[in-house]
Amino acid sequence: MTAGHPGEPGPPAPGHPGEGPPHPGHQGEPGTPRPGHPGEPGPPHAGHLVSARPEPGFPIRVDGRPVTAVPGQTIGAVLYANGIRSWRTTRAGRPRGLFCGIGVCFDCLVTVNGEASLRACRTEARPGDEVTTG
Amino acid sequence: MRHHDGPPADLAVVGAGPAGMAAAVEAARAGLAVVLVDSGARLGGQYYRHAPEGFHARRPGALHHGFRRFTRMAAALDASGAEVRLGRRVWAVEKVTGPGEDDLVAVHCLAGERDERRETVLARRLLIATGAHDRPLPFPGWDLPGVFTAGGAQALLKGDLVVAGRTVVVAGTGPFLLPVAAGLAAAGARVAGVFEANGRFGLAPAVLAHPGKLVEAAGYARRLAAHRVPYLGRHAVVAAHGGDELTHVTVARLGRDWTPGARRTIECDALAVGYGFVPQIELATQLGCATRGGGDGPAVVVDEGMRTSVPGVYAAGEPTGVGGAELAEVEGGIAGRALAADLGRDAGRAPGSARRRAALTAFAAAMTRAYPVRDGWQGWLLDDTLICRCEEVPYARIKEARALGATDARSLKLLARPGMGWCQGRMCGYAVARLAGEDPAPPRRPIAQPVRLGDLAGEPGPPDFAGPPEPAGRPDFAAGEDPR
Repeated sequence: MTAGHPGEPGPPAPGHPGEGPPHPGHQGEPGTPRPGHPGEPGPPHAGHLVSARPEPGFPIRVDGRPVTAVPGQTIGAVLYANGIRSWRTTRAGRPRGLFCGIGVCFDCLVTVNGEASLRACRTEARPGDEVTTG
Repeated sequence: MRHHDGPPADLAVVGAGPAGMAAAVEAARAGLAVVLVDSGARLGGQYYRHAPEGFHARRPGALHHGFRRFTRMAAALDASGAEVRLGRRVWAVEKVTGPGEDDLVAVHCLAGERDERRETVLARRLLIATGAHDRPLPFPGWDLPGVFTAGGAQALLKGDLVVAGRTVVVAGTGPFLLPVAAGLAAAGARVAGVFEANGRFGLAPAVLAHPGKLVEAAGYARRLAAHRVPYLGRHAVVAAHGGDELTHVTVARLGRDWTPGARRTIECDALAVGYGFVPQIELATQLGCATRGGGDGPAVVVDEGMRTSVPGVYAAGEPTGVGGAELAEVEGGIAGRALAADLGRDAGRAPGSARRRAALTAFAAAMTRAYPVRDGWQGWLLDDTLICRCEEVPYARIKEARALGATDARSLKLLARPGMGWCQGRMCGYAVARLAGEDPAPPRRPIAQPVRLGDLAGEPGPPDFAGPPEPAGRPDFAAGEDPR
């Protein structure tokens, strides 16, 4: 049993816009799961499963690149939804991103508006945020 | 920057999951002045984690089992008069002497998520309802981006409606793997397999004897089958691979003691892996509450009214032993009524709740016995496998420390420094204890949460109670678990 059958979307390329994992649905299409849209900007996080009608997103910047956040979403989720899965390098040079997702492991630390060591999984995105990875 | 305001509350509840919410409702209804604090942005804790208002979900409970219980509790909480303070990380609790009164409990919080400010809640009684976090095991590559704890993948989905990957492998042990896999599959991920290191859920005698749980298990099995998700027992992910991110995992068949056997490779861009849960009890150990060991521990010892060994301090939900949301809610209700009665109020009666607690506790104990962690996982480790992710301590250094005579977990920590970083040993504590041949000890964390020193230095404490213990350690963070 292996993944990646021909014709199926492969794993997202690191850090490419619009190649994030599938979102649980899209605005205006309740009940219709769709895979991601490689090469297109990330879709809104509507959530067909919960029949969401999300408010218009707002832009934040990640290393200067604009991405869209839904009000209330965490920085970590916004990064993931935009195909960015690794945003910190340890002292030994190892890449890190989300792990525990609930604020316990401190692996997902990120710099926002120059403020370092914020947990991406617990920090809600705000309009105009400048996220720095590295 | 406020430290505390007004007269002390009757009750401070830490944790707004099922246990904390149920307790706050019962206590406030009985007339107690209740303050409920939680580190999250929304009520519900981990189990009832849900998307923010901005999504306007019309079916917010579609990703949950029993979400209606949460909406009912949230409405009851709203009507009860309890004061809810979200976005508060509690980093210390202590007994203080109030003006002309009995002892009070001071709950020291950091409020806000970016520029945190100090805030202290003073109360006559404390309920610890701090839940649990995933219990991971180390394996080669477990720090690669794309590897999540099972709860982490679930949190991203429930709380932010983002799927962890396109092709996901779910692995570990315990019934929790099933809702995680079912949720990911329903959300559009291809779940390449669920690998249970013990026997498959649904076959355990305790499940067959518990109709409600059997129905729930059958529901997950049906949903996994509908998505053609393979569910295999006696298998585990023993390595994760990739350059900068996860690209594939190695799955091995396990022997009875989890010694890995035949291996194969599965491509995936996300892995959700969890080997049970660790009760979060550091607030209880700060206050000196008695604890017990066991497969679901260390956990806080409580009596039939959820009273700990320290007068005025109560605990409910996972801190008393991992048992799930339903048990947590029952325990919270019991605690709320006991608190009200102990403070001279009439909380009414809830006939049957003691019996329900006993039945659910028995079920949880049966699950703990059916889904143990076997030491064969240590056969997955390579010399360069990180044991401690924070301090990047490889297995080789643990072995060196053992060769130098570190035969217990405390000495291992002093010599090799696992568990001395930001997560305060929460992620590696179980593994380090087992590598030392011990059962995990109760946590010793004088500072329950990593705190930026600037936040502590901001203001002196109010004159009527002794300040918190002075932090030590990193230049910018006070974090590590006390190794003594």
